[in-house]
Amino acid sequence: MSAPALRLSGVCKNFGVSQIIKSVDLEIVQGERHAIIGPNGAGKSTLFNLVSARFPVSEGRIELKGEDITGLRPYQINRRGLSRSFQITNIFHNLSVFDNVRCAVLWPLGHRYSFFRRLSGLGDAGDRADEVIDQIGLARRRNQPASVLSYAEQRALEIGITIAGGADVVLLDEPTAGMSRSETEEAVALIRRISAGRTLVMVEHDMSVVFGLADRISVLVYGKILATGAPDAIRQNPAVREAYLGASFAGA
Amino acid sequence: MKTPPLLNARRLVFWSAYLALLVLLPLAVHKGYWLSLLCQIGINTVFALSFNMLLGQTGLLSFGHAVYYGLGAFVTMHALRAINASSLHFPITLVPLVGGAAGLLFGVAFGYVTTKRAGTTFAMISLGIGEMVAASSLMFPSFFGGEGGVSSNRVVGGKGLFGITYGPQIQMYYLIAGWAFLSILAMYALTQTPLGRIANAVRDNPERAEFVGYNPRRVRFLMMMLAGFFAGIAGGLTALNYEIVTAESLSAYTSGLVIMMAFVGGIGVFFGPILGAALITVLQIVVAGATAAWPVYFGLIFLLVVLYAPGGIAGILLEQMKLWRSGELRRLWPSYLLALVPAVILVGAVIFLVEMSYALVNSSQTGSSEVRVLGFGLDAGRALTWIAGAVALAIGVALLRAAAKRIAGDRYVPPLPQGRT
Repeated sequence: MSAPALRLSGVCKNFGVSQIIKSVDLEIVQGERHAIIGPNGAGKSTLFNLVSARFPVSEGRIELKGEDITGLRPYQINRRGLSRSFQITNIFHNLSVFDNVRCAVLWPLGHRYSFFRRLSGLGDAGDRADEVIDQIGLARRRNQPASVLSYAEQRALEIGITIAGGADVVLLDEPTAGMSRSETEEAVALIRRISAGRTLVMVEHDMSVVFGLADRISVLVYGKILATGAPDAIRQNPAVREAYLGASFAGA
Repeated sequence: MKTPPLLNARRLVFWSAYLALLVLLPLAVHKGYWLSLLCQIGINTVFALSFNMLLGQTGLLSFGHAVYYGLGAFVTMHALRAINASSLHFPITLVPLVGGAAGLLFGVAFGYVTTKRAGTTFAMISLGIGEMVAASSLMFPSFFGGEGGVSSNRVVGGKGLFGITYGPQIQMYYLIAGWAFLSILAMYALTQTPLGRIANAVRDNPERAEFVGYNPRRVRFLMMMLAGFFAGIAGGLTALNYEIVTAESLSAYTSGLVIMMAFVGGIGVFFGPILGAALITVLQIVVAGATAAWPVYFGLIFLLVVLYAPGGIAGILLEQMKLWRSGELRRLWPSYLLALVPAVILVGAVIFLVEMSYALVNSSQTGSSEVRVLGFGLDAGRALTWIAGAVALAIGVALLRAAAKRIAGDRYVPPLPQGRT
C-alpha cells in the first residue's frame, strides 16, 4: 500500500498562550475526497495553514506522500505537489485571467525564473492555461483583468490557479463560501471534475456540499479531531451530533 | 496554441519608428544645447526604465536607485582612467558595459539585503543603503574624488573604426542612442518572459506567488540585479557623456529624480517612464533656465500627478485612446477645449504667485521686490498684486472644477480599471 497523501502526527499550533490546534493526528488516503468540518473557530483554516506552511507548526510532524515537509517554505511544499486555495479570494488582481492561470503552470512545466524565453512562445504553458480556463468556465473572460470578475468568477479562478499546476494533493478552503444556491451547484460540479485523479481535502460549511462530495469526513472541534469516517458513520456518531447540537445534520 | 511571431506588425512599426526617431532627431536640432539635451534624455530613459522594473513591475519602491547608477558611473570612470593610463585596448563603444557590470554587482551585494522584504521594509532599507553610499562618497575621496568628483577623457588613442573617436558630441549621441535602444528593447523583452510575468504576480500578491511554486524573495532579488545592471549602463553612459562624475550622481536627489520621472510618466505601462524621462529632463533644463524657483514647479507637478493622475502621462494617454476608439472623444473635445481656458488661468495664477513669493523672500538680498513674469512687471511688495493673484487662482480652480464636472457628465460610462498584460 502506498504512503498516505498526507499524514499529520501530533500537530499542535499555539498563538501566544492559547492552543488552537491540539495534537492532531490525521491520515488522508491517496485519491480520496476528504472534508474537514466543525463549528466556527474550531481551527479548520488554521489546520490548512499549517499543512501548506502559511504558518509554522508549533509541534508535530507533517508528511506529504511519505516525505517530511515540516518546516519547509510554502513554495517548496507546492513544488512537491501540494496546492491550496484560500477562503478569502487570493488572486493576481492586475493580471488577466489567462495570466493568472499561466503563472500557476510555469514552475511545474519547468520554466522557473527564465528570462531568456518569451512567454508567448511557451506553447505548453499557454495550452495548459487555456485548458484550465475552459474547465473553470471562464473562457469568455480570458483576457480581462481578474479584478473586474464577479465574486463567483473570482472563486472559480481561485480554484483554477490552485489546480492548474497539476498538484496531486489539493486543499480547498471553503470553496463555496458566500455563494448563491445555483453558484454553489456549479462549484460542486467543478470540484467534482477537478478532483478526479487527485487527493482532495476541503474545509466546508455547507453540509449538503460536504455530504454530497466527501468520501470521508473529519470533525474538528476546539482544535481536536473528534471523529473521522465515512459520511454515514459521521452522521450517526453521537459525539458529533452533540457537538453540532444535531441541528445542522437534520437535512443532510 | 499557435506561437505568435516575435515581431507582429504593430510592434515592428512601433520599434522601427522609435529607432528612426532616435537616428533622425539630431538632424532636426543643430545647436549643441539641444544635442546635449537629447543625450541626457537618452541616459535618463534607461535609468527611469530600470527603476520601473522595480516599482511598476515588481512593486518595489526604491528610494536609493541612484546607488546603482552612480556607482556604475564611478566604476566606469575609473575604467576609463585605466584605459587612458595604459596602452590597454578596450573599445570605448563597450565601456558602458563596465557600468552595467558594476550595477549588476552592487545589485547582487545590496539587493541580497534589500529584497529580503517587500513593501515599506524594502523602501526603508533602500533609503538606508542610499544614504550609506552617499555618505561614504565623502569618506573615500580616493575613489569618489571628494567634492570635485572624478574625471577623465573619453577620446582614447587614435581613430577607431570609420574614424570614430567619440570626441564630437554627435558621435557620443549615437553611442548613447544605440545603448539606450538596446537596453530599452531588452527591458521590454524581459516583461514578456516568465520572470517578467512572475514579477508582476509577486507585485500583485506575493503570498499567492509563493503558493504556485515561486520564491518571491528570489524573484525580487533577480529583478533587483537586472535593474541594477541597466541603471549601471545609464551610469556608464553618463560617465562617458560628461567625462566627469560627482557624488551627486548617487545622491538622494538623483534617487528622487528617477522616482519623479517614472511616476510622472506612468509606472503602470512599460513606455510610461520613457515619456517621464523626456518631459522631466526637458523641464529640468528649460524651467531651470527660466526661473530660479524651478524646484517649486517640480514639486507642484509631482503633487498634481500623484493626486489627480496616478497613472501618469501614459495613463492619461491610454484613457484618451480608449475614448477615441469608442467614439466618445468626438463628443468630448468641445468640453476639453472649454477646460483649457480655466487651466491657462490657473497655471498663470500659480506662476505669478510662485514668482512673487520668490521675489519677496529674496528682496532683502536683491533690494527690490519687483519681478517680471511672463512679460508683466509686478511689485510683490504691494498687497494689490497678491489679491489679484489670489483671485485669479480662485477663479481658475472654480472654473476648472466646473469643467471637470462637465467632462465627467458627458461620458457614458465610468472608466474601467486597466488590465496589465
